[in-house]
Amino acid sequence: MFKRIKPIIKKEIRQISRDRRTLAVLIFQPVFLLVMFGYALNFDVRHIAIAVYDEDKTEASRDFLNSFLHSEYFDLKYYLSSQSEINAMLDERKVWVVMVIPKNFSQKFLSGQEAKVQILVDGSNASQATTVAAYTNALVQSYSIKVLSDLFLRKRGMTLALPVDFRPRVWYNPELKSVKFLIPGLMAFILTITAVISTSLSVVREKERGTMEQIMVSPVKPVELIIGKTIPYVFMSLLTAYMILGIGYLLFDVVVKGSQFQLFFITLLYLFIALGAGLFISTLADTQQVAFQLSTIFGMLPTFLLSGFVFPIRNMPFAIQLVTMIVPARYFLVALRSIILKGSGIGAFWHQVVFLIVFGILINALSWVRMRKKRL
Amino acid sequence: MSEPAISVHNLTKKFHDFVAVNKVSFEVGKGEIFGFLGANGAGKSTTIRMLCGLLSSTSGTATVAGYDINEQPEKVKANIGYMSQKFSLYDDLTVRENIRFFGGIYGLRRAELKERLDWVVEMAGLKGREDSLAVELAGGWKQRLALGCAILHRPKIVFLDEPTGGVDPVSRRNFWELINKLSEQGTTVFVTTHYLDEAEYANRIMLIQAGEIIAGGSPKELKETHIKNPILEVECDKVVMAMEILQRQDWVIETTIFGTYLHTSVADESEGRERIRQTLAENNISVKRMDRIVPSLEDVFIYLIEKGPQAGKAQVG
Ligand SMILES: Nc1ncnc2c1ncn2[C@@H]1O[C@H](COP(=O)(O)OP(=O)(O)O)[C@@H](O)[C@H]1O
Ligand SMILES: [Mg+2]
Repeated sequence: MFKRIKPIIKKEIRQISRDRRTLAVLIFQPVFLLVMFGYALNFDVRHIAIAVYDEDKTEASRDFLNSFLHSEYFDLKYYLSSQSEINAMLDERKVWVVMVIPKNFSQKFLSGQEAKVQILVDGSNASQATTVAAYTNALVQSYSIKVLSDLFLRKRGMTLALPVDFRPRVWYNPELKSVKFLIPGLMAFILTITAVISTSLSVVREKERGTMEQIMVSPVKPVELIIGKTIPYVFMSLLTAYMILGIGYLLFDVVVKGSQFQLFFITLLYLFIALGAGLFISTLADTQQVAFQLSTIFGMLPTFLLSGFVFPIRNMPFAIQLVTMIVPARYFLVALRSIILKGSGIGAFWHQVVFLIVFGILINALSWVRMRKKRL
Repeated sequence: MSEPAISVHNLTKKFHDFVAVNKVSFEVGKGEIFGFLGANGAGKSTTIRMLCGLLSSTSGTATVAGYDINEQPEKVKANIGYMSQKFSLYDDLTVRENIRFFGGIYGLRRAELKERLDWVVEMAGLKGREDSLAVELAGGWKQRLALGCAILHRPKIVFLDEPTGGVDPVSRRNFWELINKLSEQGTTVFVTTHYLDEAEYANRIMLIQAGEIIAGGSPKELKETHIKNPILEVECDKVVMAMEILQRQDWVIETTIFGTYLHTSVADESEGRERIRQTLAENNISVKRMDRIVPSLEDVFIYLIEKGPQAGKAQVG
């Protein structure tokens, strides 16, 4: 059996290494995405100048402020002593944000009621204001405090009262987590792209060229062909995955806290699904173009949008949340974050593992059945 | 020699409601060059793909090298070589790498592979170009390399699907010489083509049209069975007009334009000559030349195709 698989592997590796453009994309894409996501976060909204008007002036309010200002996102520039100073702060662009802590803050907070703070953001640059508002909201919300955000427009008469459920969305990292949080997501995303797209394209290319028929009339069995074709992509995808971890370590000090073995196992399991999906797509598509489109629609987009990589699942509409249940990347991501960031063992994510195994068997069985039926 | 290399009985393939191959039956003897002729879309590739085990048949049976195509596809595969219509090679691999790959999946051992590699390179005239990428090869070379890759494992039967499509005439000639050599060595060659003139190279021919076989036999048999009347080649001016006039005469059996000449079939040669000359002269068309010709297979096919599927059915065997 291996005798016939070996020439297929060799051929596949040759073809991959000769396709310079794809190779470059495969190598530079992770680097590019990681740097883009990582630095976009780190540079855009750090050290925002903020002024605070603390009417409460209690231990609780100071405590809250401390925790808030402790992050590197905000720099406390002014400590205001009267309401009248607020407008000048924003008008003269001394600060981006003014936070007002009302008198009854500690009383409400300590009695378990909903405490409120007011946040005023310079709205002269709408997109930046949204970003800043979102960050502020997110940070404050982590303190379980209801925020009244106001975009402060400098022109008189245009002061804008925001609707109550004003929830600005930020494209990258809306959860305000550090770049570390993005690395597992990026791994899932890139593994999906390399595995699904490159397997489906490589199979469909053979169909297009007619070499698939040539192989099918040889004594090579379909299973041998598939093993031979996927092994190189497994290696390539693993290489990419570890490259992301490497870059994450070099640029952002991300270290794998949990077990390397479990990380390897879960990655391999996810690859099993991704390659199965790639094969399944190749049974549906007859041209590389169609294969690429299908891979994008059923592989890349759900992984990007519905896995919790960029957009937190719990903020999604309920119907969409249901859809995310069948996105394998969602489960992979939970497991990856557990291993890499929290260092938890398999006990913390065995649900996810079970789901991934089931999904992997299903998708591979499905593509197997389709392949037999069509004789490729 | 008793058992045929390929034996096909009522083989049928339907794609949904469309019948691509309709109850096709024929036999191919060992070592024969069997020409499978038909226009584009006639069902040649579909038939060949069923015989190679690439496509399942809707009904009917066939044995290839003594094995049933539906029951023992693996055995069939072990005994055949197949060259698809597209000269399927890996464009991004070199000549040598292509040969090694196909040798590898056929399980050739190292020493044997080396020997076959030299043989293919020699046969395809690719000496010195072993390290060129397949994509850089011109049609004729690509075609011979594809053939070489299909027969690396010395199959008893080779299926060639339009191997001469899109190749220049010189390469086509060379290719048929290669096919002849293979046949001399005892290999059965099943070859499809839509070039009618290539049929002469085959030992036996089947003509397929719209999924049905309309005639079959050796080139000689075909000519004798279907063309009993003399054919006169007429060179004259206003060919189209001349054809229309002759077609209206009840003593003309058949007349068609062949290039810039007319091929006219009549019951009797000398009487026909006289009448053609006379009729055309009455219409102010001057005849430059008129010769009796040996009918080519093209004449036969054109005759058969014009008559439609029922024409040659009685002769199919
Ligand atoms: N997979 C398929 N699905 C539907 N129709 C097909 C398929 N393959 C071939 N056909 C149809 O069957 C007929 C015969 O095709 P084919 O065997 O390729 O003809 P040939 O090789 O003689 O040119 C054509 O009309 C073609 O459109
Ligand atoms: Mg064809």
